[in-house]
Amino acid sequence: MTKARLATVWLDGCSGCHMSLLDMDEKILEVAKVADVVYSPLVDTKDFPENVDVALVEGAVSSEDDLEKIQRIRKNSRFLVALGDCAVTGNVAAMRNLFGVRAVLDRSYRLTSVPAGSPPDQIVPRLLSRVRPLHEVVAVDLTVPGCPPSAGVIHHVVTELLAGRTPDVTDLTRFGA
Amino acid sequence: MSPKVRIKTLKIDGRDIGAREDETILQVARENGIQIPTLCHLDGLEPIGACRLCMVEVRGSSRLLPACVTRVEEGMEVTTKSPRLIRHRRMILELLFAERNHVCSVCVVNGKCELQSLAVALGMTQVRTPYRFPRFELDASHPRFVNDHNRCVLCARCVRVCDEIEGAHTWDIMGRGVNGRVITDLNEPWGESNSCTGCGKCVHVCPTGALSEKGTLREDAGKQRDFLPYLTLMREVRR
Repeated sequence: MTKARLATVWLDGCSGCHMSLLDMDEKILEVAKVADVVYSPLVDTKDFPENVDVALVEGAVSSEDDLEKIQRIRKNSRFLVALGDCAVTGNVAAMRNLFGVRAVLDRSYRLTSVPAGSPPDQIVPRLLSRVRPLHEVVAVDLTVPGCPPSAGVIHHVVTELLAGRTPDVTDLTRFGA
Repeated sequence: MSPKVRIKTLKIDGRDIGAREDETILQVARENGIQIPTLCHLDGLEPIGACRLCMVEVRGSSRLLPACVTRVEEGMEVTTKSPRLIRHRRMILELLFAERNHVCSVCVVNGKCELQSLAVALGMTQVRTPYRFPRFELDASHPRFVNDHNRCVLCARCVRVCDEIEGAHTWDIMGRGVNGRVITDLNEPWGESNSCTGCGKCVHVCPTGALSEKGTLREDAGKQRDFLPYLTLMREVRR
């Protein structure tokens, strides 16, 4: 039996969703029996590969790099899951939308930095004017709210998807859970 | 019960039900164990039909009617659940989330919020409308309470409890539609209000984290809403 190709992605989030994913402890071995993790912050693949069966995406779309990545992820994945509140709603990552990029960068690099610096203009990706949840940028197949969704919920979502079923998470998790 | 009160018979979701003529569809439905989602409604306060989540279908009417302010009528046939109603309720809820900054994960009432619970109850795991991200100032001028417009749904429970129960009428709503917001006195800082008695009823009836007590978070920020029916009942007895 060929194993399913599973990817996990960390965009603009705190990595809490990935922590929660790891929190499923030994159950992750069950997942490893039926799926290969072909891309993840936890493995050493640099570029998002082709032919991914299930992509779990944590975090909102915040920078030019995020935007490029999520488009590639969508193109190369059969099933895309928005994992956690940042991916689903923007959540804390999107709170900067109230102030605008310039005010936020000024505050971080000039006003509160000693000595005052200036925002980087090379190497790190440029921030988009607005942080957006995944579904405002690409089509999303399943939204799993939670900050973070519990290990149990993530395990349920992954095992159901790998078994070819689309899980219903409405009774299992919620915004801010 | 006054002898003049008549009984009306109607159908809710196909069930034959008897009700007092002065009752609303919502009251009768709840008495009979039929759940209709509500947000602005609170037992003990005058219903105002602001949130529209309790909309129901009534046979013969092409419009949807808010159950909380619609009185029962003889022979009425009410439907409380239909694909159309579910669609509309989901839409209303999504618009509420999109209108202000409801960031549940960092909210003082995370896990104790009626808006959040409604999302679960109505199976809403995504807001399809673009979020507006409006910018609001927080009013923390009161020594004990905070007013955070980011979380307000304009249910006007605070306005009603302050007027109807406390009798102070400190709260009001200023502006219309998307620009509406709750204000204290004549849009003055809460802490400088002359009319506010500091009773805290508004904080406890607030369904979200818009009004909260300073220094409380999560579990401690739980609101006690059951005081209202007792209070109104005791006052009626005394009258």
